Amino acid sequence: MRKLLIPLAALIVLIGAAGLWLTRAQPVDAARFEGLEGDAAAGETVFIAAGCASCHHAPEAEGEAELVLAGGQRFPSEFGTFVAPNISPSSEGIGDWTLADFAGALTRGVSPEGTHYYPAFPYTAYTRMADADIADLWAYMRTLPADPTPSAAHEVGFPFNIRRGLGLWNTLYLSEDWVMPADTAELERGRYLVEVLAHCGECHTPRGALGGLDTGDWLGGAANPAGDGRIPSLRPGALDWSANDIAYYLESGFTPAYDSVGGHMVAVVDNFAQLPAGDRAAVAAYLKALPEG
Amino acid sequence: MIRSTAFVAALAIATPAVAQDFDGPLKGRQGMFQILAINLGIIGDMAKGETEYDAEQAQMAADNLVAITSINPLPLFPEGSDNEALDGTRALPAIWENVDDLGAKWADLGEAAAGMQEVAGNGREALGPALGPVGNACKNCHDEYRASPE
Ligand code: HEC
Ligand code: HEC
Ligand code: HEC
Repeated sequence: MRKLLIPLAALIVLIGAAGLWLTRAQPVDAARFEGLEGDAAAGETVFIAAGCASCHHAPEAEGEAELVLAGGQRFPSEFGTFVAPNISPSSEGIGDWTLADFAGALTRGVSPEGTHYYPAFPYTAYTRMADADIADLWAYMRTLPADPTPSAAHEVGFPFNIRRGLGLWNTLYLSEDWVMPADTAELERGRYLVEVLAHCGECHTPRGALGGLDTGDWLGGAANPAGDGRIPSLRPGALDWSANDIAYYLESGFTPAYDSVGGHMVAVVDNFAQLPAGDRAAVAAYLKALPEG
Repeated sequence: MIRSTAFVAALAIATPAVAQDFDGPLKGRQGMFQILAINLGIIGDMAKGETEYDAEQAQMAADNLVAITSINPLPLFPEGSDNEALDGTRALPAIWENVDDLGAKWADLGEAAAGMQEVAGNGREALGPALGPVGNACKNCHDEYRASPE
């Protein structure tokens, strides 16, 4: 790892100097969201499917308290430890933001001040979120409790503490293309849930040296950043469950052998249990349509 | 006698535990979880509609869940039998930072199993709602205390 860091640092500095334009932040055009009125009730479904609370609630929160998006959970990675920020509607959170600021964070990974976010925040998945869903989500999140906890700093060393370098990373890994084709309405819904909202690939797809997802091995199983065990492959060759079994797992947490879900997948199941049955079936259909191996 | 006990105690401290020492507890607890899963499967398959509802079978399985969860699991979780110290287990070291919490989560499962026992004989429709709390109790413990499969 050490050996790798030095050339990587040199690379990032070099490219930073040579092509600042490549690394500039690209916010969204405010006009795109003008006059778009969000529906908070619909936004709640987006919020649940996207798992925002799973990462942004306070570390020990349970039940209702999970709707207080105070931040503070820690996400270790090989680049350092990221700490989820406060995104509640307070001035310590995103209370002073506009809808366009919010859309810029979710779909471009840039802050209202024009700095890049780290992809520990899965904006690389949210980048394909529909404008109407963003507006609905925004309307819903304004109804959540405000919390005064200041966001904590990330524990990330050089060179990864230079956010500018992420602009380059984005040119490599921030793509609006779909990974899989989808030719029915159900597969399209499943694809939107898996590839965008529920960001299944963030955990189930292996990463390359720079931390980008290896879409060539999409959902093919990956190392567990939490350090325990492996995150299983979702390809039909490995996951031989029926579509019904997959949908039932997402609802109840039970595998076909009635083992029960564990680890980081628990939060995903807790969220999917609250979604309409059609959404769980759509995800199952998408997984069954993945390439075999 | 006293001398040899002290000697054994000293030895236990001095030598790192070997895997065989924990063979029994590992087999015991993993078997206990398998018994849970198998009995839950009888009920779950009926709830899912994969097998015909059978009141007697459902009741038997629910009674078994209650019987298993009435066991105190702590003797099966001796100190040092975590997945960092040993192969062949997914029990996370976090268990031994708060063994009482493991006990509490097991007790939650016991309560959910009792809820299932009350209604398992009342028809297929009763199973789904009673399965919810059972599943939540399994999940809550696996969430914190069990590693993902290798
Ligand atoms: C996998 C965990 C994870 C999920 C899921 C997640 N976030 Fe985040 N989020 C983060 C992290 C980590 C950061 C910090 C990024 C940084 O500072 O570069 C962040 C940053 C943010 C920010 C920027 C806050 C600021 O102070 O600048 C916003 C806004 C945000 N997230 C909103 C959301 C919303 C809305 C969702 C759901 C659609 C969501 N997040 C889902 C981990 C997550
Ligand atoms: C109090 C905590 C706790 C509860 C409650 C719990 N489990 Fe577990 N379970 C564990 C732990 C810890 C392991 C890992 C044991 C090991 O590998 O040594 C495990 C392992 C398992 C295994 C794998 C056993 C093997 O063969 O390796 C299955 C299956 C399982 N649990 C099913 C269930 C089901 C079904 C429920 C609910 C009915 C449940 N568990 C409730 C803690 C719990
Ligand atoms: C935050 C990380 C994370 C995300 C996001 C995630 N998963 Fe998982 N998933 C896991 C882990 C960890 C496991 C292993 C669970 C265990 O230990 O019981 C798992 C297990 C599974 C399994 C069981 C596979 C098996 O062979 O037992 C399925 C199916 C699954 N996930 C589907 C999904 C789908 C579909 C999504 C998106 C809707 C998703 N996951 C999102 C981490 C994640």
